Amino acid sequence: MSGMHQLGVAGDPASRIHRLDPRAKIVGLAGITVVAVSTPPRLWPVLAACALALATIAAAGRVGPGVIWTRARVVLPLVLFVAVFVPFVRGGEQIDLGPVDVSRAGLTTFFAVSSKALIGTVSAVLLGATTSFPDVLHGLERMRAPRLLTLIAAFMYRYLFVITGEARRMRVALSSRGYRPRHALQAAALGRVATALFLRTFERGERVYVAMLARGYTGATPRLRALAFGRADVLFLAALVAALVPLRVVA
Amino acid sequence: MSCAIEARGLRFRYPNGVTGLDGVDLSVRHGERVAVLGPNGAGKTTLMLHLNGLLAGEGSLSVAGVDARGGDTRALRARVGLVFQDPDDQLFMPTVREDVAFGPLNLGMDDVEARVEAALRTVRMLEAGDRAPHQLSLGQRRRVAIATVLAMDPSLLVLDEPSASLDPRSRRELLQMLGRLDQTMLVVTHDLLFAAELCERAVILSAGRIVADGRCLDILRDEDLLAAHDLELPLGRLEVAAAA
Repeated sequence: MSGMHQLGVAGDPASRIHRLDPRAKIVGLAGITVVAVSTPPRLWPVLAACALALATIAAAGRVGPGVIWTRARVVLPLVLFVAVFVPFVRGGEQIDLGPVDVSRAGLTTFFAVSSKALIGTVSAVLLGATTSFPDVLHGLERMRAPRLLTLIAAFMYRYLFVITGEARRMRVALSSRGYRPRHALQAAALGRVATALFLRTFERGERVYVAMLARGYTGATPRLRALAFGRADVLFLAALVAALVPLRVVA
Repeated sequence: MSCAIEARGLRFRYPNGVTGLDGVDLSVRHGERVAVLGPNGAGKTTLMLHLNGLLAGEGSLSVAGVDARGGDTRALRARVGLVFQDPDDQLFMPTVREDVAFGPLNLGMDDVEARVEAALRTVRMLEAGDRAPHQLSLGQRRRVAIATVLAMDPSLLVLDEPSASLDPRSRRELLQMLGRLDQTMLVVTHDLLFAAELCERAVILSAGRIVADGRCLDILRDEDLLAAHDLELPLGRLEVAAAA
């Protein structure tokens, strides 16, 4: 499975978590996110339980903090950037923090938003680290996600690298002819590059479709291996439900 | 012996008025390897698309015993394997294994896993089954593209510019691999030495017509004929290829 690491999978590909059915992981990790998001901030033990569940999954799949941090870093700062202003702009009871005063309600909101964002992001990162992208799509397909969407995602995944490669070559070709935009009007060339890229992609779409027809494509993409939802998958979901749902309902 | 390809007066005109084929007559016997040579725009790709029922012109065309014009396209596509020039057009599934399985699954064939394995072994890409196409080199992608049609066990293999943009080593590996296959083969190419090594027979397609048909080496030795159709051999290289 030398290629697995490059398909987004990290950790130990032979771990129990990695070997679970993609559907179990999609439902389980989305479930953790839903529980976390629906929990009011005063019920912090529920949030702590969600975090603990994620930590357990990461440990079982041997997905290290380094991997999680590197991947979470892509989205997390954006969310935190928005949340970090809340304590300063909210009204109500103020707490004196030396040079600045912050609102108590705002502080609570900040913790709630950032912990929920953290749990949601880490859930998604863990899904991606323990399941290859093709498997996630296959799982979604079997869970009756709209076929058009999964097809678009599959083609995007396949051709993203081809198109970025083309874009890079076109940029090199521009700069090799001395293109260095100094003011907005000169950026027009970039618009033409975008147009050319769009047309090329459009033409490629037609060629790919012809190639699909040539191999008997009739509208359905049958899969080589059927997914098997087994005992381990049921146990995984049951454990999550047992750990989170009673706490959420009682609390 | 029945013909793998039997075309009579095949004509095709694109909707924009450009003539693709202008009366092609061609018979290819089972097991033959035929190079289709010709300048750009001669109709080579148009002919190729006809063989799989993707385009349908006037005239008669039967391929591997199936009428290619309005016949059973499903049966036709199971018997004719088209390998396109750009492997990125041909390989569209997320992993190599799924891509090779695409044809057999569409055609409802049995034992797909075994077919995929056998096809990948034939092109020596078995270890790449779980990789994504974008992780492979061009030569490897081209071999996988050939595996995607071999998995359907076609009786006719049609290759469009198989050696284009390959480095000498990948080109040599491809030649050896194709040389071991026993399918009837139609090789559309500009690489005349590649054609000389792989094919015993060659036809020249020019302006939508077959203008020459004969032993590959005889055609390649006819410098005037080649020049008349914008073809050219690298200097002095033919005898080397013929000896190989």
